[in-house]
Amino acid sequence: MIPASFDYHAPGTLPEALALLSKYGDDAKVLSGGQSLLPLLKLRLGQTGHLIDIGRIPGLEYIREEGDFLRIGGRTRESALESSDLVRTRYPILHDTAKVIADPLVRNMATVGGNLAHGDPGNDHPATMLALGAQVVATGPKGERVIPIEQFFLGLFRTALRPDEVLTEIQIPVPPARSGGAYLKLERKVGDYATAAAAAQVTLGSGGTVERAGLALTNVGPTPIKAADAEKFLAGKRPDAATLGEAGQRAAKAASPSADRRGSVEYKREMARVLATRALRLAVERAGGR
Amino acid sequence: MATHDIRVTVNGTAYDAQVESRLLLVHLLRDQLRLTGTHIGCDTTHCGACTVLLDGQPVKSCTVLAVQADGRQISTVEGLEKDGKLHPLQEGFWEKHGLQCGYCTPGMLMTTCALLTRSKNPSEAEIREAISGNLCRCTGYNNIVKAVQFAAERLGKEA
Ligand SMILES: Cc1cc2nc3c(=O)[nH]c(=O)nc-3n(C[C@H](O)[C@H](O)[C@H](O)COP(=O)(O)OP(=O)(O)OC[C@H]3O[C@@H](n4cnc5c(N)ncnc54)[C@H](O)[C@@H]3O)c2cc1C
Ligand code: FES
Ligand code: FES
Repeated sequence: MIPASFDYHAPGTLPEALALLSKYGDDAKVLSGGQSLLPLLKLRLGQTGHLIDIGRIPGLEYIREEGDFLRIGGRTRESALESSDLVRTRYPILHDTAKVIADPLVRNMATVGGNLAHGDPGNDHPATMLALGAQVVATGPKGERVIPIEQFFLGLFRTALRPDEVLTEIQIPVPPARSGGAYLKLERKVGDYATAAAAAQVTLGSGGTVERAGLALTNVGPTPIKAADAEKFLAGKRPDAATLGEAGQRAAKAASPSADRRGSVEYKREMARVLATRALRLAVERAGGR
Repeated sequence: MATHDIRVTVNGTAYDAQVESRLLLVHLLRDQLRLTGTHIGCDTTHCGACTVLLDGQPVKSCTVLAVQADGRQISTVEGLEKDGKLHPLQEGFWEKHGLQCGYCTPGMLMTTCALLTRSKNPSEAEIREAISGNLCRCTGYNNIVKAVQFAAERLGKEA
């Protein structure tokens, strides 16, 4: 399969990339890892006049704690996230997520920024970022703006990014002591998008009660879903089995899956409940709660 | 129609080529450079038959543009054999019956070649994880795992 013709640009700096995006507007697309975009163009489900490859711009691949945030460069590869000791030891939820995305070959190309910017509810990072309360930095012709992740996903394949912006950084608040997180995904086989998946990030207070809980779901609605009701329910409570089970119920209520080859509406909702409950349990465990 | 003059190094040899923007790396290798060892299986980024190493990392060459490889190093199955001597992985696939139809084999070889570069003595679990993006419809994978273990041992002895 061969994509329809387009022109390709490989700017060496971010300002050059932004100038090209401004020039071509809606007729241009950012190319990052290409693992969503190229299949789309090959299948001719999408078309574009100009691909602006950000692959040759230095300084967009990094993972570091700085100030109050873990900062991830927009073009950081999934494989880099997966093999990062900092991520594995301090942000297990991110490690969980990276290693279940696609397969190891795709992860050598696919990028974290692309995973968010694509706006596909089947992508795994969005739920994780919602649970973590992340924010993304969008750089456009007028400079940078910071978008809280809750305001980022607008609809199926629609995000708050403007056509002339590049997602340059993801910022994750450094978790306080006694925090833990987990991402659990049900997939039919390696490389499949989730039948359902759940991301949980929990911080425990001094008395062992939940100080903050972030909970979000993958691929059970037109956008990634923040289980706000479950999060509110958990705050201030002791994270015992009954409480986590009730939170799972509430999360499943927030899901609006559609039936497809991965399962019926009822099945997916039930899997969302089970995964949310288990992810919360593991998050609490990792927070030192049990 | 936009074209680009690129230079890629494949298995140590530099090639200059003029490519259309939309040309895929696998087509550059197979159709322009006539290196047909790299196979096209699914053409939808699922099977890994088209796996090559791009700057040492295994990637699916049906999902990389040829121009993205400009100035970079590519390794394909044709580069494994040296001076008429098979690579230990190739020997392993031979000795342990790691292939039947052979369609997936070039991709399997490149993926496991990268694995053995970063991990000298991988566990069975590591091997299975590494090849989880390469589909084989014939062998059931067991003999592929044995072939990689054979190669790891052989490379260990050579070192
Ligand atoms: C076989 C297969 C299985 C997969 N399975 C999974 C899975 O299980 N879970 C999962 O989460 N993903 C999965 N993916 C998707 C993969 O992770 C994608 O690569 C990822 O979603 C997009 O990242 P990318 O860097 O490849 O982006 P690209 O494909 O380059 O771009 C995707 C979109 O985002 C835009 N974009 C990319 N980067 C930026 C940026 N920095 N600024 C602005 N816009 C940008 C592009 O213009 C394009 O519209 C799978 C892909 C394949 C091929
Ligand atoms: S042909 Fe490239 S992954 Fe199947
Ligand atoms: S040997 Fe036939 S597909 Fe693997």
